[in-house]
Amino acid sequence: MTLTYPIESNAVHPAHLSPAYRSSIKRAPQKPLIPMRHTLSELTGPVYGHETVRESDNDLTTQHAGEPLGERIIVHGHVLDEDGRGVPNTLVEIWQANACGRYIHVVDQHPAPLDPNFTGAGRTQSNSEGYYRFVTVKPGAYPWGNHQNAWRPAHIHFSVFGHAFISRLVTQMYFPGDPLFEFDPIFNSVPDEKARLRMVSSFDLESTQPEWALCYRFNIVLRGRNATPMETK
Amino acid sequence: MQGTKVQGVTPSQTVGPFFKYGLTPDGKYDWNDAFTNNLITPDTSGERIHLEGRVFDGDGQPIPDAMLEIWQADAQGRFNDPKDNRALPNSAFRGFGRCGTDPNGDYAFDSIKPGSVPDPAGRPQAPHILLAVFARGMLMHLYTRIYFGGEAANATDPVLALVPQDRRATLIASREPGNGTAVYRLDIRLQGDNETVFFDI
Repeated sequence: MTLTYPIESNAVHPAHLSPAYRSSIKRAPQKPLIPMRHTLSELTGPVYGHETVRESDNDLTTQHAGEPLGERIIVHGHVLDEDGRGVPNTLVEIWQANACGRYIHVVDQHPAPLDPNFTGAGRTQSNSEGYYRFVTVKPGAYPWGNHQNAWRPAHIHFSVFGHAFISRLVTQMYFPGDPLFEFDPIFNSVPDEKARLRMVSSFDLESTQPEWALCYRFNIVLRGRNATPMETK
Repeated sequence: MQGTKVQGVTPSQTVGPFFKYGLTPDGKYDWNDAFTNNLITPDTSGERIHLEGRVFDGDGQPIPDAMLEIWQADAQGRFNDPKDNRALPNSAFRGFGRCGTDPNGDYAFDSIKPGSVPDPAGRPQAPHILLAVFARGMLMHLYTRIYFGGEAANATDPVLALVPQDRRATLIASREPGNGTAVYRLDIRLQGDNETVFFDI
């Protein structure tokens, strides 16, 4: 399969400079990015990493002696290309705060408790159809210093590879109906509302496990289109 | 999911300040690294290089919470990806590395100098490494290239030719003096007078 990576697909991403997100002000380039034709260097990408994945790495609730506190959830979905085809055997990495909104990272000083039974990191490999699945706990919202009384909506960080180095995506998955959406400059850095809503998972009643866990579905669409145009009927 | 109707790609969001325990634990967290900053395997052929530098923001302050990823060909100019169908690489060299910056904003990779890779017109490109830069404050990663100082092929590289002459130096790692493993150094500046050239790809 030969894929192309139209540059227009990048239009959905946030601008590098998004002043409401203060940290972007000194970390955004001011000179124009230089366009270039994709060469083999851009069109290939790593096809490994999954040998590191242990079978239990997609279950963030079983990494310690006891179970973490919080609302147990299943997060699953497909990694897709822009034509809706599953992206098989690709590495999906996640990291998140615990149920109290606290990260295990040493820099996180939010005065909420750490959970000795929760690291908050997971990874898996999509299957032959692009499907992936994690078991975790719902992360809490947490305060940050961007502006007075700033709080991040609950989110899970996702890192995905895809077919090429230029299909690489790092994003955040949000939960439906979060009242913090309208106040969050990171969520709102994506200018188009429809595109913004693609970062919000949907509640998946059908895949909940009765008496055990709620379920959210999050499909991730990476760059990449079939190089052969579809025949018009 | 074959043929599932999609409305567009999923937007990028920042890697944030807290990625290290998940993406670059480096022995400091209870999690094993999927990738490290050492690309060399026992059977890797080619000239060993140590690539190092520092990442700076627009105030010239080092960035301690950046993550760098590199992607490169082997010494014969071939990628460890089935999509590169010219020939199989002659080693288990994977060509991908990841490094979080340290508290001083420093990064380092151990790798080999890549061979030449053709451009779409079949013209040889000078040896180069692709670099993606992620950090808190960056809503989308930036792509750049690392070329090698002292390489004659830089003069005819079709991508470097797209870059204004006075900015090309931001893409060329300098060879540090010394014997033993070749040390190349390139600082990354996200903003400011010597802002690194980033590509719109």
